[in-house]
Amino acid sequence: MAEMTPTTNNPFAYAPAPESRSVVDIAPSYGLFIDGEFTEAADGKVFKTVSPATEEVLSEVAQAGAADVDRAVKAARKAFEKWSALPGAERAKYLFRIARIIQERSRELAVLETLDNGKPIKETRDADLPLVAAHFFYYAGWADKLDHAGYGADPRPLGVAGQVIPWNFPLLMLAWKIAPALATGNTVVLKPAETTPLSALFFADICRQAGLPKGVVNILPGYGDTGAAIVAHDDVNKVAFTGSTAVGKEIARTVAGTEKKLTLELGGKGANIVFDDAPIDQAVEGIVSGIFFNQGQVCCAGSRLLVQESVQDELLDSLKRRLTTLRLGDPLDKNTDIGAINSAEQLARITALVETGEAEGAERWSAPCELPSSGYWFAPTLFTNVTQAHTVARDEIFGPVLSVLTFRTPEEAVAKANNSQYGLSAGIWTEKGSRILAVAERLRAGVVWANTFNKFDPTSPFGGYKESGFGREGGRHGLEAYLDV
Amino acid sequence: MPTTASAFADATASDSALRRFLHGLPGVDAVGLEARAAALGTRSIKTTAKAYAIDLAISMIDLTTLEGADTPGKVRALGAKAVHPDPTDRTTPRTAAVCVYPDMVATAKETVGDSGVLVASVATAFPAGRAALDVKLADVGDAVAAGADEIDMVIDRGAFLAGKYLKVYEEIRAVKVACERADGTRARLKVIFETGELSTYDNIRRASWLGMIAGADFIKTSTGKVGVNATPPNTLLMLEAVRDFRLQTGVQIGVKPAGGIRTSKDAVKFLVLVNETAGPDWLDNHWFRFGASSLLNDLLMQRQKLATGRYSGPDYVTVD
Repeated sequence: MAEMTPTTNNPFAYAPAPESRSVVDIAPSYGLFIDGEFTEAADGKVFKTVSPATEEVLSEVAQAGAADVDRAVKAARKAFEKWSALPGAERAKYLFRIARIIQERSRELAVLETLDNGKPIKETRDADLPLVAAHFFYYAGWADKLDHAGYGADPRPLGVAGQVIPWNFPLLMLAWKIAPALATGNTVVLKPAETTPLSALFFADICRQAGLPKGVVNILPGYGDTGAAIVAHDDVNKVAFTGSTAVGKEIARTVAGTEKKLTLELGGKGANIVFDDAPIDQAVEGIVSGIFFNQGQVCCAGSRLLVQESVQDELLDSLKRRLTTLRLGDPLDKNTDIGAINSAEQLARITALVETGEAEGAERWSAPCELPSSGYWFAPTLFTNVTQAHTVARDEIFGPVLSVLTFRTPEEAVAKANNSQYGLSAGIWTEKGSRILAVAERLRAGVVWANTFNKFDPTSPFGGYKESGFGREGGRHGLEAYLDV
Repeated sequence: MPTTASAFADATASDSALRRFLHGLPGVDAVGLEARAAALGTRSIKTTAKAYAIDLAISMIDLTTLEGADTPGKVRALGAKAVHPDPTDRTTPRTAAVCVYPDMVATAKETVGDSGVLVASVATAFPAGRAALDVKLADVGDAVAAGADEIDMVIDRGAFLAGKYLKVYEEIRAVKVACERADGTRARLKVIFETGELSTYDNIRRASWLGMIAGADFIKTSTGKVGVNATPPNTLLMLEAVRDFRLQTGVQIGVKPAGGIRTSKDAVKFLVLVNETAGPDWLDNHWFRFGASSLLNDLLMQRQKLATGRYSGPDYVTVD
């Protein structure tokens, strides 16, 4: 893969520093994980998963159909009886064990996730994997303390949870779904995204390594129809979905009129609000991590920059200068800041939205960087002269594209930030503490960061307003979604 | 282009104007600054990049001895080491300078001769800076007369913390005048803030701008004589200051972290900060220095390791 440095005449060009692929052993094919065993799909269907950085086929994976979904739900139902009857402290032991194994295998899992997803090893190593382990540790701690969670004495689990997760943080989204479900005594049938099934299948192996009873966790790789079959299955008691708002709406329609409990974590168009008294250098860093972390493929990304007009020029100059230092390239290189877009389909969507932005008159600027010839890539991009009416200010792009809007007063900032169909995240940058509190109170977003962005912690509830979904994941609040309360 | 002083004439017209200017600089979010410094600390510098960085770091060292026990013999040993850091490998770059007290300048100058190694002298009642202005200026004058190429002055931290910014400013101006030689040339002036005593990042940013508008050629973190000296975050902050100052005035100013940088790994991390904050224009010993003593031997051992593939140990570098 071509070595890319933003400044070509820089004598201090960083030599390639790739993380070794040899720490992970990817099998040529994987089955479905049902009732503690890897098995082929009933109809024998398989699909290929590729590395988005190189388009290399990594493995062939069994594709679950309706019959497999039924088998997995039956296995989960059967396992539910004993699993839910276990004392919380016993369930906790399994979760602690899983958390420790994840830590022990974190290098292997980080490399695997980087290969299958395309995100930089720096992120899988320093963000995804530590958070995955932390999430299991955190909910392991709750398993024997549910009496004290605020839902009355001895709150009961729901039963079988059907969970469908996205491709942007494959293992982390799995942890967000599975850890609270198991801690509260539910069993699960989980479908990873079709472009990133591998880490979930490695997790299945970890479940076996931890001695988790058969059927408590079932992993069914597949496409949208597999997810739809899980959601629609009569014997599923709880549906949890993270993904696009369009699919979320379909799921809500399917579940309507049933007794299934539903939580949805959907799209976003987060406003990152920079006031004129902000710590500018740190705000620039926050904007960068807000929209370019994971190539912007983050539902809570700060994809709308709202900057006070009086500091607009200064801030944008700093931001553009900073973006020219981003290193785009081989995701396995430890110095890579920007990796590959997850799929050709997603790249096409980003490209189309950016073209719309240009056609509607927004001014495009992209960081000067050479894109590799194979794989799916998009240069860090920002749009200026954007107004609320532009598509790039309203639609979720889910890519490394920032729309810059301006405001004059705090009232205008709040009004523009809230003027969105979404309400997942927001950021406030100011050195004035009283302004942080006053503005945060009026923002209709599930997460509001002050002088930082994209910081995650298992103790903190996460979720949206409006079309960003409902229900909360993480923290004590995250237990409610899996309890009959 | 107007001179730096005239560009900031309004800001330095009175104590209150200077205060308004310095307190009008953007604030520093400590958590964000430290996170950025830590993130840059994870850069992985290998093979050719490492070899380049090690040689660059050696060439940026102000090899320093600032002890009460300094003798002419000690200073001569230091000077010889600066000129030929590794006697077994003459391709090793020489250090940028040796840094000594004013009374050792003549000895140091004699030792380094015309090798290209400069002689820097601390002055202005280093390290505390607690003396009358005329005493400080005499201290500077002595060092310059003895042949110092560079003067490392300390600011009056007491005045700074008391909010008497104009006093600090005028003192730097006066020292700058004292750096002038009879032939019209001038010793380069490094201004030491003692960041450990200024304590907050906001103060470090204000001190950086104060030093730059007063005419510093270099801004320097610390004396090496207090608990907290150069750190990645405070150096990152000062690199942002020189970057912004050049954008605003066209004048480039150097940065010198000093004290506490002991390993090659640390030095390379600082060079990454330079590269990705101020930019490659500062990757030169005219614009970036390390105030250090034990760092040099660690760089030499790493350099030998890269050349031979094995660690030779401390007996294969000179102890001075």
